[in-house]
Amino acid sequence: MRRAALEGVRIADFCWLWAGAYATGLLAFLGAEVIKIESMARADPSRMMTLTIGQAFEGMDHSPVFNSINLNKLSVKLNLKQHKGVELAKKIIQISDVVTQNMRPGAMDKMGLGYETLREVKPDIIMLSSSSFGAEGPLRRYGGYAPSFAAYSGLTHLTGYSDGPPNPMTGSTDLMSAATSAFAVLAALNHRQHTGQGQHIDLSSVESLAVFTGDALMDYTMNGRVRSRRGNQDDIMAPHNCYRCRGDDKWVSIAVSTEAEWQAFCQVMGNPDWTRDEKFSDAYGRWKYQEELDRLVTEWTVNYTHYEVTGMLQKVGVAAMPSFSNQEIFSDPHFKERKLAVEVEHPTMGKQVVLGSPWKLSETPAKVTKASPTMGENDEYVFGELLGMPSSEIKQLMDEQVIH
Amino acid sequence: MSEQALSHLKVIELCSFVCGPYCAKLLADLGAEVIKIEPPGVGDGSRRRGPFLNDIPNPERSGLFLYLNTNKSGITLNIKTSTGRDILRELIKQTDIFVEDNPPKVMKELGLTYQELKKINPRLVMTSITPFGQTGPYRDYKAHEMNLYHAGGEGYLLPIQSPNLTREPVKAGGIVGDCICGLSAAIATLAAAYNMKETSVGQHIDVSKQDVLQTMVLLEVAMFANMGIVRNRLQRPLLMPTPMRCQDGYIMISALTNREWQDLTKFMGNPAWAADEKFKVWITRHTNGDEINPHIREWVKQFRKDELFQQLQEKALAAAPVNTSEDLVNSAQMESRGFFAEVEHPKAGKLKYPTVPYKFSGTPSKMERPAPQLGQHNELVYCGRLGYDKEEMVKLKESGII
Repeated sequence: MRRAALEGVRIADFCWLWAGAYATGLLAFLGAEVIKIESMARADPSRMMTLTIGQAFEGMDHSPVFNSINLNKLSVKLNLKQHKGVELAKKIIQISDVVTQNMRPGAMDKMGLGYETLREVKPDIIMLSSSSFGAEGPLRRYGGYAPSFAAYSGLTHLTGYSDGPPNPMTGSTDLMSAATSAFAVLAALNHRQHTGQGQHIDLSSVESLAVFTGDALMDYTMNGRVRSRRGNQDDIMAPHNCYRCRGDDKWVSIAVSTEAEWQAFCQVMGNPDWTRDEKFSDAYGRWKYQEELDRLVTEWTVNYTHYEVTGMLQKVGVAAMPSFSNQEIFSDPHFKERKLAVEVEHPTMGKQVVLGSPWKLSETPAKVTKASPTMGENDEYVFGELLGMPSSEIKQLMDEQVIH
Repeated sequence: MSEQALSHLKVIELCSFVCGPYCAKLLADLGAEVIKIEPPGVGDGSRRRGPFLNDIPNPERSGLFLYLNTNKSGITLNIKTSTGRDILRELIKQTDIFVEDNPPKVMKELGLTYQELKKINPRLVMTSITPFGQTGPYRDYKAHEMNLYHAGGEGYLLPIQSPNLTREPVKAGGIVGDCICGLSAAIATLAAAYNMKETSVGQHIDVSKQDVLQTMVLLEVAMFANMGIVRNRLQRPLLMPTPMRCQDGYIMISALTNREWQDLTKFMGNPAWAADEKFKVWITRHTNGDEINPHIREWVKQFRKDELFQQLQEKALAAAPVNTSEDLVNSAQMESRGFFAEVEHPKAGKLKYPTVPYKFSGTPSKMERPAPQLGQHNELVYCGRLGYDKEEMVKLKESGII
């Protein structure tokens, strides 16, 4: 009986930063053995700092951010600036199924670790190369972080208030690109399982977000219309927004999609006079006059907490949910029951709360098995046990700053 | 037809609107044989949602439906009838993967739970995508994409860098919330398919869209648990956190490292203000970003967005124009990569579609087949695969089953 869906799959992981790290993090939840190949000479910046809040962490092993997106992985320190380091990387690849990397296109080739070379090392290797714009095309040399690839993709333009500037969202765009990488690797793994053939995957982060704007892109290619951002509004539903509730910056989202839901909604509000206004009597009118409608709905919601509004509306079959802060998520009973948050013991930080995988698989559960690795935590296992190198040689290579 | 990455996988899709159909589309676009089941007469609800070709509503010309259902076959089947469910079970017996997005209560009432279905196909991988999952107090709650974006925790943080908290938090643009949940479900589905081919044992996958969306802000969520930091959408003094206005639109610039900062200020002509000691170190540069941002905002105004984008990128600086869909469709990069492809549809004609964000060297994705017309493949599936004769098909149709 296998314990995990990807048991027996080994990944030589050259990824860094959020979009790279979480991609293999997802595969590690599913049981792949992910060996993060890093180096003191080229450490993942998220080991040292977070720009999200502008905070530096002490040393290489004290970042809750790095920990959150590198769970279940192993780590070796390998200096790829040295020839011997590159040769050792090839040895790891030789016993791996997948190689993942998100350096600028061409960087791996320059180090002697391009796909054509790796294919000679391991003929059925699957290699994922993820970059901002992709490895081909006039912009292939251009780089970027999540805010820039989200901007280029069109997603930023579509996010924000209709009368406000475009908004780049949070770091979620990194993780969305990461999910795309994980999916692509799995497709290639399924293909190799069936045919024995490996291959190279050239993934563009810009495109990984652009596909999420398919409806807007189709509106342009079909009708020449350029869509813009519009807050929480929908094409046809109204009410469809966040409404202020009792408390400090508390909001409930409400979406009414049918006539029956509208009737039920009015009844819950106690059928105030304005609900009988002619202009709100059908779906089109409610959509057309939604700004006025939103103001009137707010007069009702402000009297209750977001949980109270949610409870009253869900009871009659109207979609409503609080807009949760990160703090509220932790005390929410549903979140607790889904057990998405788990505690891990980190070697230097101690107990850390992390979010596990978002799926519940009945036979091969996707699990958090360990905290993120400290830098080079598994040098001994990988070089000694997997590659069979004597400890004297490992020590020698450490002295030479190859294993470094 | 040459082999594609997932050509060996058979999928049955019983989903509507965006999330489930997007999950199955991801598989179909890589070659999986996807049979989409729609209710007779009306079809998938997304057929009745825009954008419509030339703004004329028509169930075969919804851009949303056409986009989300490429490379699939389509049949109609009324699973609310007993015969309809028997037919569905016949199809499930022969499939590898079954993706569905019905409320847990409904699947139970219809006798279509995994517990039941695995009796007829122990190799079945069944993926159930629901707003809140199969368990927990909210499992029967109703929620649309916007509700989930807020329940997932990112909505509360948007728009980032709000000047105050007087306005409502917003969701991300378009259908992104549903798409990321569909993508996430597809990851687990392929992992389970891999495991099934190894072991001949299938399984059930419970995907809660709220769970998926919460993991997309896992760093923010973990920040509260581990560092006690409560987050909201209020402005913080970070370095260039949002796009800046150029002559003809917006540009997003990121200068995170010391190298990037030095190259950026050098490109700006080493202005005097940039020499401030506290801007030399990344951390104080980022915690005092609000002193820097007005200078850069002023400087950016003189450029056109694409011109500045090219110039900064030539200096290896991360920058990108804030593109509209028009910009993206006309981008030379997209053109060169063939990201958009023309697909011919019998009712909607030849249109440009976004394809897939990855290039597989051995098994390239093919955008060959348009979305199915309602019931288009009934005969192929019912007669060809299940062995009904044409006379029976007429009866099934007359009795409202297909």
